[in-house]
Amino acid sequence: MLKKVDMQIRKTNVIALDTVEMVLKSTYISQTAVPGQFLHVNVPGHTLRRPISIADVNRETETITILFKTIGSGTKKLASYLPGMKVNALGPCGKGFPIDNEVPSNVLLIGGGIGVPPLYYLGKTLAKKNINMISVLGFQTAINVFYENAFSQFSDTHIVTNDGTYGEAGFVTAVLDKIGDYDRYYACGPLPMLQAITKELDHKSGYISLEERMGCGVGACFACVIPTDDHGGYKKICRDGPVFKAQEVCL
Amino acid sequence: MMDLTAQLPGLNLKNPIMPASGCFGFGREYSEFYDLSKLGAIMMKAATGEERLGNKTPRVAETPSGMLNAIGLQNPGVDKIIETEVPFLANYDISLIANIAGSTIKEYEKVASAFNETDKVHALELNISCPNVKKGGIQFGTDPSMAAEVTKVVKKASNLPVYVKLSPNVSDIIAMAKAVEEAGADGLSMINTLTGMQIHLPSKKPIIANKTGGLSGAAIKPVAIRMIYEVKQHVNIPIIGMGGINTADDVLEFLLAGASAVAIGTANFRNPFICTEIIEALPEVLSKYGFQSVQDAVGKGHDIE
Repeated sequence: MLKKVDMQIRKTNVIALDTVEMVLKSTYISQTAVPGQFLHVNVPGHTLRRPISIADVNRETETITILFKTIGSGTKKLASYLPGMKVNALGPCGKGFPIDNEVPSNVLLIGGGIGVPPLYYLGKTLAKKNINMISVLGFQTAINVFYENAFSQFSDTHIVTNDGTYGEAGFVTAVLDKIGDYDRYYACGPLPMLQAITKELDHKSGYISLEERMGCGVGACFACVIPTDDHGGYKKICRDGPVFKAQEVCL
Repeated sequence: MMDLTAQLPGLNLKNPIMPASGCFGFGREYSEFYDLSKLGAIMMKAATGEERLGNKTPRVAETPSGMLNAIGLQNPGVDKIIETEVPFLANYDISLIANIAGSTIKEYEKVASAFNETDKVHALELNISCPNVKKGGIQFGTDPSMAAEVTKVVKKASNLPVYVKLSPNVSDIIAMAKAVEEAGADGLSMINTLTGMQIHLPSKKPIIANKTGGLSGAAIKPVAIRMIYEVKQHVNIPIIGMGGINTADDVLEFLLAGASAVAIGTANFRNPFICTEIIEALPEVLSKYGFQSVQDAVGKGHDIE
């Protein structure tokens, strides 16, 4: 169930260009959040909350890790907050990745940019189920790269940069035919990336996590809808998603 | 004990606070946060004759002290709303206001008469001011004679009190208010959003897919207060005030300007509990400024002649 919670900042860290990792303490969120869900974060002085995906959860220390890019005034303000200060969030929001017993034993994680974080919590969770994982993580350029070592702990990890300054050159799709076999993929990243992946891997079972500008974040305002077919079907990204079956939505 | 009640045509409100249309869906999501019976009323999301799918995304963008939206009246159509949403809201001890919209006068008529089929709805809010749909909506809301015509048709079609929701995107708000009052409106609700645009620098294009959107939030409160204040001096029907309310102090400001009740919209997005928090804070604010009741404060911002 969604709750409005105050979370104390434990740590903040700039881990790549304009990319902040923030560790927050919340008993409720840490006990309830599943991979793929997000927090709708309040930034005082701003009209709308910021949807930020959950990158990791530690149930023992009751902490949640989020990563965000400092693009606009809201995320810049959030980045300026110091440990000890409180952040208000609605959460855990939305529906996450299905991690039931039907997960095949070989899976592929594909992340692009700030779409990488939710796959980390997913990968850590799947690792506990002894799932074999391959990760393909795409970034614009070398100074944007983060979490390579973290993903390497549980997966065969490939880094791709658009300009080739680190790892393979090009888009994540450039390496998809060079990696090992897998039976399902999980992807999160910018829309063009998801469009390319769902097209190229249309013969595979897959789940994708979408982002969109959001209003309420709880399903009431109809700001973040996505069509599911050509005749009027739709889903709300904030409530029915952000994770969908690859064939469930029209990108 | 502060008297928070408000009596308006068709609406016997235990308090003057209601979520504004389009910002609260049909209440289901917010019912998970609190008991909706705490509210005075709910203004439902707009109903049209048939299902509408709305605009392309992005549909929202934050602005300084506000936001733009261009949802495009997405809704399942009036029949489905009466069948599935109204019965859900009827479980709560609140007044229900159905917001009705259309592209043609015929569609408004159809939607208005459809609500005669249920006894769970207490009033209609006639949406002649949605800035985000290609046809209808705002044309009816910017021309006094067209506004009067659609009001007359809806009044004739419906057996419920009709509150006409006025657009601020006009040069003479008083003429609009007087036209719909003469056409038989039982009340006014004001204001809807102000048309605006925001351009995204990286793409050099408007952020909102619809290009323009309706500006709401704290930024528009002074516009709402000014328009309600002006209209109050020229009409004898009650006003439900809205536009950027975030606090109980804001509510009092609307009452002083001349609103008899108020709706809270955009503020629900940042704080799902905003309506209940304002209801709890209102008695102290009224009492601090020397009022014994909500009714006592209505219109007290005007000079007594």
